Amino acid sequence: MEYYRAHVLVCGGTGCSSSGSATIEEMFKTALAEKGLDKEVQVVRTGCFGLCEAGPICIVYPEGSFYSHVKKEDVDRIVNEHLLKGRIVHDLLYVDKLEAHSDIETSITNVTFYKKQKRVVLKNCGVINPEKIEEYIAFDGYQALGKVLTQMTPEDVVNEVKKSGLRGRGGGGFPTGMKWEFAMKSQGDIKYVACNADEGDPGAFMDRSVLEGDPHAIIEAMAIAAYATGARKGYVYIRAEYPIAVKRLGIAIAQAKEYGLLGTDIFGTGFDFDVEIRLGAGAFVCGEETALIASIEGERGMPRPKPPFPAQKGIFGKPTVINNVETYSVIPQIILKGADWFRSFGTEKSPGTKVFALGGKINNTGLVEIPMGTTLREVIYDIGGGIPNGHEFKAVQTGGPSGGCLTKDHLDTPIDFDTLTALGSMMGSGGMIVVDDTNCMVDFARFFLDFTVDESCGKCVPCREGTKRMLEILEKITSGKGTLEDIDKLESLAHSVKDSALCGLGQTAPNPVLSTLRYFRDEYIAHVTDKKCPAGMCKDLLSVVILDGCIGCTACARVCPVGAISGEVKKQHVIDQTKCIKCGACIPKCPKQVIVKQ
Amino acid sequence: MTKSYLSEENFATLHKAIDAYKDTQGPLMPVLHEAQHIFGAIPIEVQKVISERLNVPLAEIYGVVTFYSQFTLEPTGEFLISVCLGTACYVRGSQQIIEKVTELIGVDVGKTSTDGKFSLQATRCIGACGLAPVMTVNDDVYGRLTVAEVPGIVKKYQETH
Repeated sequence: MEYYRAHVLVCGGTGCSSSGSATIEEMFKTALAEKGLDKEVQVVRTGCFGLCEAGPICIVYPEGSFYSHVKKEDVDRIVNEHLLKGRIVHDLLYVDKLEAHSDIETSITNVTFYKKQKRVVLKNCGVINPEKIEEYIAFDGYQALGKVLTQMTPEDVVNEVKKSGLRGRGGGGFPTGMKWEFAMKSQGDIKYVACNADEGDPGAFMDRSVLEGDPHAIIEAMAIAAYATGARKGYVYIRAEYPIAVKRLGIAIAQAKEYGLLGTDIFGTGFDFDVEIRLGAGAFVCGEETALIASIEGERGMPRPKPPFPAQKGIFGKPTVINNVETYSVIPQIILKGADWFRSFGTEKSPGTKVFALGGKINNTGLVEIPMGTTLREVIYDIGGGIPNGHEFKAVQTGGPSGGCLTKDHLDTPIDFDTLTALGSMMGSGGMIVVDDTNCMVDFARFFLDFTVDESCGKCVPCREGTKRMLEILEKITSGKGTLEDIDKLESLAHSVKDSALCGLGQTAPNPVLSTLRYFRDEYIAHVTDKKCPAGMCKDLLSVVILDGCIGCTACARVCPVGAISGEVKKQHVIDQTKCIKCGACIPKCPKQVIVKQ
Repeated sequence: MTKSYLSEENFATLHKAIDAYKDTQGPLMPVLHEAQHIFGAIPIEVQKVISERLNVPLAEIYGVVTFYSQFTLEPTGEFLISVCLGTACYVRGSQQIIEKVTELIGVDVGKTSTDGKFSLQATRCIGACGLAPVMTVNDDVYGRLTVAEVPGIVKKYQETH
């Protein structure tokens, strides 16, 4: 076997790939070959490291040196200095914004972003090469499947999962063990397992990262689920928008087949199992399990009433277990290390860890995995590094378009399934979007409704018509034409839709409206009574004004396309609000910076 | 617009793809993905062929094609500009980006320019939220965008023939 003295790990996740990591990887290979180091140093393309903001990311082992924002011209220096001469290139290392930078920070294990995290789901992401099954196997891969097939009965497996208290990570938080038990007990000669990788929440990308960084874990877990429930065939329903994940999963399935870990008579136990990839085609509603089933069957992805639940009547009318990617990803570890190990993280009712996709107005955008019960403050300030550009934290949206917002008052709330639901939000799939004082909450609600109107499948009236009417009211308010009565109408309509829609999409679509009304009603009122947008975001409610301090240089008046600015030379100028079209052309022209939108 | 993409060669490829999926359970979605890939769109002519070969009513196929946003009835332009309007991108100002693109290429969201050069679409999250706001032009990804950078990027493609 070949032996390497050093490894260069280059992130090949979607975030870093978009920042040009493929070129960096090639350049490392070329530079190392030129120096004759290609037999000593191995370049490995891994899955996501999580800190997408710092991409492209490279980590050099054995030191664990964490190079961030790596540029083409940096590659030669890292090769010449670090890999050839053994001198770490300090000025290219990641600068920890949270702690005073010192020499100790040369290793990834010391970076504050990772310190409070507990990587269970993301254990292999950014560690192994996801396109090589050998690397997965070297990290205990497929051992859980071996254990299940040779030492456990299906009942044992279901009981272990039940004991672990694992709850569905797709959003609902339904106990996974119970789901498996229903499917196990369902009568039928043909059963299916399915993996829901239709991660449609805009702003969430943990499932994508798992599939890109550790695809074999999902295949192994699906095989375990199949054994437990009596299925022989699995479907992974994945978004077509994730080409890298689709490709790596395809490679992983082919390799597993080659090694006899998929196919017939696995481990010589007579157990047969095969996995097929099905691509989504851009419909958010297909993340709802019954819509997903319809889509796999080749129909419009419209939800069906439940019951019957998929565990009784799923794909092609057969009993089906559907779990989310993140749920599957922890199954092999639960089997190997036991339910008690899993319960050692998180809270009593929500054991384990949860991956969140931190995005929006936050310094460290990226993926974070934390034990359930961690507070929002720790996530946003200790791991996320706080709000950029000196702005103030206003709210965080969890659960995407189905969730709600949490405010400053909730910063010390421990995050788990039940606390979030109690506050009118929900865990959802794990998107966490931070907004600051420059974001308007009414516009934020309007944004989500715009999304749900687009994505509503149109099957049931409350969702099809209700979301549309809610959007209309929100648009009326953000354009300054709303009344107090509209706010009441909006609220009652939101409750009606929540109570009467057919599926999860419709039932949760009003959440962003209800939660912003609950915590930011004053902003709604400011829009309708004062005709002002406190955050300065809603265009129709803004006016451009010249504050005191104008020196009368006339630069603004000259650039104004409608001649709305008047004033004598060297005297204070004013903007005629009846003429002003709010184009903002004058703002950058002012040498004193006294022209503002407010 | 001429329908040169409806060539015999493309139909031959489609026939092969249909044959490959004929014995799969629920073959419609994979076949439609193939068709979209082969023709760049799934117009009625293509739907008719699929309907006959898979023995699925044309109305049903039309229903499925129009349901999913990744299937289109007409081909997109040479350059497909997608601006992400996912939440993370939106709060970081992607709305201003898309408005700038519209202004520059004179094409509304969801439309294709008359010369067939540009199509513009608003997409919901490509999962590169760490780089918000994000825009893609065909396979090229542009992250951490500012409005000021947009004209330079668009120009690059306007000058490409």
